[in-house]
Order: sequence, then structure tokens, then C-alpha cells
Amino acid sequence: MEPLDFTSLTFTDVTRNFGRRRALNRVSFSCEAGQIVALLGANGAGKSTLLSIAATMLEPSSGAVLYGDHSARSAGAALRARIGVLGHDLYIYPELTAFENLAFFGRLYGMTDVDRAVAEALLRAGLEDRASEAVSSFSRGMRQRLALERALLHSPRLLLLDEPFTGLDDASSSALRDRLQAARDRGALVIVTTHDLEAIEALVDTAFVLNCGRLQPLAAGAESLRVRYRRYS
Amino acid sequence: MSFMAAVALVVRKDLVIETRSREVVYTALLFAVSCVLVFAFGFVNEGRADPAAAAAILWIAIAFSGTLALGRIFDRERQNETMRALLLAPVARPAIYVGKLAGVLSLLLMVQAIVVPLVALWFQAELFRHASLVIALLATGSLGYAAVGTLFAAMLARTRGRGALLPVLLYPVTIPVIIAGVKGTVALLQAEPNLAIARAWLMMLIAFDAVFITLALWIFEPAMAE
Repeated sequence: MEPLDFTSLTFTDVTRNFGRRRALNRVSFSCEAGQIVALLGANGAGKSTLLSIAATMLEPSSGAVLYGDHSARSAGAALRARIGVLGHDLYIYPELTAFENLAFFGRLYGMTDVDRAVAEALLRAGLEDRASEAVSSFSRGMRQRLALERALLHSPRLLLLDEPFTGLDDASSSALRDRLQAARDRGALVIVTTHDLEAIEALVDTAFVLNCGRLQPLAAGAESLRVRYRRYS
Repeated sequence: MSFMAAVALVVRKDLVIETRSREVVYTALLFAVSCVLVFAFGFVNEGRADPAAAAAILWIAIAFSGTLALGRIFDRERQNETMRALLLAPVARPAIYVGKLAGVLSLLLMVQAIVVPLVALWFQAELFRHASLVIALLATGSLGYAAVGTLFAAMLARTRGRGALLPVLLYPVTIPVIIAGVKGTVALLQAEPNLAIARAWLMMLIAFDAVFITLALWIFEPAMAE
């Protein structure tokens, strides 16, 4: 199976209902490879639902999501090969070592030369000395760094990050920003949700605000993200 | 990545985790051995027991310890939402199901490797007289039970009250498997073993397995949609 590449993500009138509750209401937006897009909003605004739909884990109740010219339904596994996700939960096995975790997912994504790629990823995460230790002995920050490398290991075109700055100290936050910038520079489309607006201030190309399932672009301006975002809350 | 390579990766990962924690196999084994031991006190008189009781207790121990194992194995995937990571991977999603099924099945077979000799010893049951048929009954029965159990446990992994719901869903569907296993085993444990009857129940178990696995492969992907 060849990974299916794309350079844009387009949501058109996407609505998602959970029973009688409407989590997303006619959401439309488009973004291109090489952009970092911030998705802002209060808890329960629909950010995680939107990320789940973009990750192909959830189907919209109505509307369309296109990855380039392809839909998730038509492209399936070939499309998932180009998507990386870091969720609230870290998607890593605490019983396995750092190396085993990355190697398992690397092989699952059909990567070649997995051992070398994993060694490089552990070096980037600053975990090369802890490679053979079980993840259960890691701090939250170390797990977060490992989980980010897991999401980036297969060089995804679309990178979806749900609150990636949670639990990180200043040094780890700075390293994460560098990683996101590097991902953008190599042509990834990064969508990030966060409440830590200062952490992403200098990174973001475009920002949207989700409010009760409705999406609107964050007004442009010279003020900080936080000041502009406050106008919507 | 091929279907079988993905299956092998998932099984290997599950077995490595279980080898380190030994949590599932010890829990299931302790339950199964306790179950057989308690029944042995009730059903064994002067060193012998009704062959039907031995067969029923063997299958009850397997089924109940299997439910414990199923719940725990999928609890692991829920704790860090790793099931979601598996479903996001670019592999055929039924391969994830088959990998989990093979992992569950291998744990069930490990439990049986201990429990079957214990039943043979404590109940003086002639389980090794027609060993190949007993093994075939246990293997096909376990496969059918694990096929349904793996599907339901995966579906319930993110549900509240999954511990209570799993047996409620699982037992009614797998009752035919357990009955066929018991009847086939009883036929082999009689003073005059009825091989034809045992083979007939074995064929029925194979048919159950074919139906259950086909259905599970078919509905796993839509059932796992959030």
C-alpha cells in the first residue's frame, strides 16, 4: 500500500451530532501544507470532535472532508499513513520501553529502517539514555515528548495535536515549538488545539475559534492571540 | 504492510506486555484453578466424579476465566487510548481484530494447559484417552468464544460499565459454543466413548467458528467507529 499524499485539508459544511447534541455546526475551512493552524475554544466547544473527524476516526453527520481530492472513505488506510495524531491520551504502552513503543508504531506504519529512525527520534526527544526503560517509569513530560515522536515518526503530512503543551516544562515546550516549526518547514500541515496561547503565539499562521460547534476565523490584528481570542469568549 | 504482518505485530506486542506483567494469565489461571478446585470438593466422591460434571466444570472454568482475560486485555488498550492509535494505523482494521483475537486465544490456551490436567487429575476424568479430539474441541471452542469475546470487548472498551456489560452480551451469544464443547467432551469421557457424537459436536464448533469469525471481521471496522 502506497501512502496517499495530499497538500490541503478542506472541511465543507461539516456537522456532527451526538444524539441530540450538536458538537459541530456547519464547519467550513481550508488549510494548506506548510501551515500551522490553531484551533481555539473553551472546553466542550468541539475541538476534539473536529480533530477526530480530521483524523478519520469519526465521520461527519453531514458535510464533506477532503484531503486534497480524496475523502477518508475512499482512501482509507493509504490516507491514514500520512496522518499523525497526538491526543489528550498519549497512545503509548507503559509496559513497553521507549524504543519498543516507537519501533512498534514504526513497523505498523510500514517504515523501513525502523531501528535507525527510532534511534534518531529518541535523540530528538532527549530520551536516548532511557530508550530501554519501560515508559511507566517516565515523567509526564517525558511521555509527552515520546508521544510527539510517535506521532511524527512516519513524517505525516497532516499532524493533529490536541493540547500538546499540557504537562511540559519550559524547556520541553520550547523543544516542542521547534519540532512543530520543523514539521511545517518540511511541508506538514499542523492543526493544534491549546489553551496555552502564549506557547503558540509565534508559531501560528492561521487561527480559528470554535464556539458551541461553530467555527469562525480569529480576527487578524497586531494584538496578541490571547487579546484577540478574549473578544470571542 | 500485509494483513498477516500487522496481525503478527499486534500479537507480538500483546505477548511481550503479558510476559512482563503476567497480570492477565495469573488472574485467569487463579480463577480457573480455584473454580475447578471448589467444584472438585462438591462433585468428587471416593475419587470419582460424574464425567458430565467434569466436562461442564472444565468449560465453565475456561469461559469465566476467558471473560476475565478479555476485560483486562482491553482495559490495557483503553488506559492510554492505544486502541485508537491502532485504529489510526494504515493497516486493514480487521488485522487489528485478528491480532487481538490471536493474543486472547494464546492466553486462553495457556490457561487450558494447566486446567485440563488438573480436571483430569482431580475428577479422574479420562481427558487424555482421546487427546487429539479433546484438544480439537478445546481449540475450536476457545476460538469461537474468543472471536465473539474479542469483538464485544473491543466495542465496549470505551464504554462505562463495560465490566458488567461484557458477560451480559457475551454469554447469550456464546452459549451454543459452550454447550457444544460440553456435549462433545462428555461424549469422550463416558466409560464407552462415543467418538461419532464427539466429532459431530466438533463439526458444529467449526461451523460456529466460521460464522462468528466471518461476522466479526465484517462488523469490526464499523463497530469500532466512534
